[in-house]
This record gives sequence, C-alpha cells and structure tokens, in this order.
Amino acid sequence: MTVPTGSKFALDLNKAKLDLRGGLDRASLWWSLAWQDTKQRYRRSFLGPFWITVSTGVLVGAMGPLYGALLGQDVASYLQHLAISLIIWFFISAVINEAGSAFVGAEGYIKQVALPLSVHVFRLLAKNVVMLAHNAVIIVLVLIFLPPAHWGDVWLFPFGLLLVLGNLFWIALLLAVLSARFRDIPQLVTNIVQVAFFLSPIIWKADMLSQKNRFVADFNPLYHFIEVIRAPLLGEPVHAISWIVTSGFLVFGSVAAFLIFARFRARVPYWL
Amino acid sequence: MAVIEAHNLVVEFPIYSFTGHRSFKKSLLNLATGGILAKDAANRVVVRALDNLNFEFHEGDRVGLIGNNGSGKTTLLQVLAGIYEPTMGDLKVDGRITSMLGITLGMDAEVTGVENIYLRGQLMGLSRRQIDAMVDDIADFAGIGDFLNLPMRTYSSGMAMRLAFAVATSVDADIILMDEWLSVGDAEFVQKAKAKLTQMVGKARLVVIASHNHAMIKDQCNIILTLEHGKIVSTERTDSLS
Repeated sequence: MTVPTGSKFALDLNKAKLDLRGGLDRASLWWSLAWQDTKQRYRRSFLGPFWITVSTGVLVGAMGPLYGALLGQDVASYLQHLAISLIIWFFISAVINEAGSAFVGAEGYIKQVALPLSVHVFRLLAKNVVMLAHNAVIIVLVLIFLPPAHWGDVWLFPFGLLLVLGNLFWIALLLAVLSARFRDIPQLVTNIVQVAFFLSPIIWKADMLSQKNRFVADFNPLYHFIEVIRAPLLGEPVHAISWIVTSGFLVFGSVAAFLIFARFRARVPYWL
Repeated sequence: MAVIEAHNLVVEFPIYSFTGHRSFKKSLLNLATGGILAKDAANRVVVRALDNLNFEFHEGDRVGLIGNNGSGKTTLLQVLAGIYEPTMGDLKVDGRITSMLGITLGMDAEVTGVENIYLRGQLMGLSRRQIDAMVDDIADFAGIGDFLNLPMRTYSSGMAMRLAFAVATSVDADIILMDEWLSVGDAEFVQKAKAKLTQMVGKARLVVIASHNHAMIKDQCNIILTLEHGKIVSTERTDSLS
C-alpha cells in the first residue's frame, strides 16, 4: 500500500529564531536542570561536585612533573600550561562529546512537554560551565602560586571564553540535531575528539614544533579555541590568527548550524 | 471562534531502521493494530499515526478521545500540545496549553519534595517567583507534611504521585490536555483529587482528555471523538452538558 505523502517540513527561519529566543528566555529552567545534572552525579558524596576539582588537581599534579621532565621543560611553566590547557580541553571536549545526546538523552522531556529544543542545548552548555567553574579553582591556585611573567593581556580572557562558548553552542546545536537522526554520529565524534586530544597542543606546546611542523597546530581550529582562553591567562600574546579563526568559525558555523536547525527542528521529535 | 482547529491533519513517523527489509515491511503492513503503515514518496516506511483529521473545538468544549491502543489518542494530544508539528495539514491552536501528559516528568528522587516542586513548576513554564507564591498551597494540597523536606526517594509511590498531582494541577489552565483522567493515591486523596481536577477542568476554556474509561468520558465531555487507526470514525456531540 502506498499512500501519497509529502511533508510540509521545510526551512523555517522564523520558528528556529523563536525556538532560540524561547530557549534564552527559559534560562532559569536550564540552569536548574544543569545544577541538577551536576549535583545528581555527586549526590551523597562528602565533597560533592568538588570531586571534579580534586580529580583534576590530582591529574595535573601527577602529570605535570612527569611530562614536564619527559619533554625537557621547566616544571613550573609546564605545570601552568598543562593545568590551564587540560581544564579548557575538558570543557570543550565534554560539550562536543555530550552534544550528540542533548536531544536523544532528553527524549522524555521532548515527547512530553513542548519546550524550545534549544533549552536542551543550553542545559548542556550550562552543565559544563558549572564543571568548568569547579575546575577553575585549580587555575586560580596555579596562577597564585605560579604567577605568569606579566598580566598585561589577562583582560582578553573573558572575550576568548565568550568566543569559545559561542562556537560550542553552534557545534552542540548542530551535533544534537544530526545525532538525533544519525545515531552513528556520537560514536564518530567521540573518536575524533579522542584523537584531537593528542593532536592538539595540550600536553605539548605549539612552540615545541619545528617551523616545518607548525601546521599541526595552526591548521587545528581547536588549537585556536584553546589559545584564545589560555594565552591571556599565561600572560602570552594571543596571535591575530587565533582571533580570526575563532571569530570566523563563530560566524560561519553559526549560520550553517542555524540553517540546519531551521530546516530540521520540527523533525527532531519524530526522530527520537 | 474556534480555539483549536485542524484541517487534514496528518502525522507520520518515519521508520528508518526498517528500510530495505521488504518482506518485513510487508508483514508489518498487515498488522491489525496501530496506525496505517505506508511508504512515502522517498520509499521510506512510515507509520501514519494520524490520518487526515478535521475538527474544530470551541470555547467551553470538553473533548473526550476514545479508541483502542494505538488508535492515535496520545499522538493527537502530543500534536495539540505542540510536541509534534503536523507532517501535513494545518493546526491552529489559540491559547496557552497546559499538558498533563506525564505529570512526574522532571521530578528527581534524590532531591527534596520542595525542590521537586520548583523543578516541575519551572518545566510547566512558571518562574521561580511564581512558584514561591504557590509552594505553600501545593504542599498543603499534597498533604505529605514534613516529608516535603526529605528526598523524594523516601516517599511511597502514592506520596510521590500526590506531590506530582498537586504541582500539575496548581496552575490556572487555559487549554488542558490530559492523557487519562488522573486518579491517584488512597481513597481519601482520590476524592480530593477528583474535586480539584473537576474544578480545574471547570475553569479551563477547553479540555481534551484521552481515556479508556467510557463512563468517565460520557460524564465529563460534550464532544466524543472515537479514533481508529489514526482516523476519526465517529463524532458524538451531547450539547446538553453545561
């Protein structure tokens, strides 16, 4: 039996815009849910969410001296670099890894209440910002005990963070939509993120690369994402190219993600 | 003026995992229950959960949906709630919707009753400030006393339902969508819940209830739609209801 069908689903920019705005309007809802997500993981444990801080601290404390020595680096400056890089990486990678389940994991919500879909993406970002805030304690400690040579550029840090947040939002939105339809995407993403950890200057530094090999960092957008947050904190200048890449990604990525969202937004509940 | 209006409303669920299994498709097509299975233009298998529905509900209507499992009642409620956008056709809804599908949604067993009131309330679109003003009434109605300050996992399932019910019925509703007439708790609470629900339904501009309880539907509704395989097979109006 073939029933003539056609779908009226089409690109709907206006509804997509309303969805995003509605998501922003419900900030108190997604903050509550994000807190809930965080607290739930550490419920009834003595340290609670500060386990995040402790485990990152232990990792940095153990890896810092060893890898610093292995790579022939000055331990103090390597520890600074490693602590900040790892924490930024944890944040970026967690958002990208979890983006695939932003809608799939919220199936119960999506099928029972008509909330803007973007609420679930904001919730994911908020949850990871909470984690980042707990880890930031370590960055503060590192900066107090091992202060960078100069603080001149530290005011650029919030701008770097905002740029990265913006980028993570479109990446998460895009991955959330695509993963609802194609369930292989989250697996693929996890794989790529894992490889990206080793290929990005996190354990190592970009300036350890010879001129010939600089492209490994320069052509890696994640390097620039990390750099716009990290360099101001380490008292290093942010290269213009890093600002250009992160801003460029933000503009083009947002447009692309918005168009995909506008096209498939109404489809998402059907795919779950 | 109609509050809810549908023209040729169709809802089709694509089933991606089954494409290519022709024989499996064929056997699925012969299933007796559920929506109509069909193939769309792209040759995908789809379940047509709602098939060309036309209806108009007006101010004051109490609509009852009846039909077997898989006849499309819940899907229709979900479409009305704005969860699914129609695959084809048009749907106009004029008013603010309170859907009481899954009233325990978003409640967390590990947090206290009070925190759950806030979580659940925010999900229903209330602000924290609005909930501040309502929390005492809700607690009062739930009648679970000091348990309110304990994690919900310490509650019996009846107590958890009481709390969920109290929150769900605490908002002033414009258009109410309900999957089954809620009846929760022990005999005493059932009475209280019934009174509250009747009052809430009485104040709403429009109510749509899906249920297997024909007697209740006949009692509460002035329009009864019978669904079968995603189609409306009969519309009964009893305009005697006030």
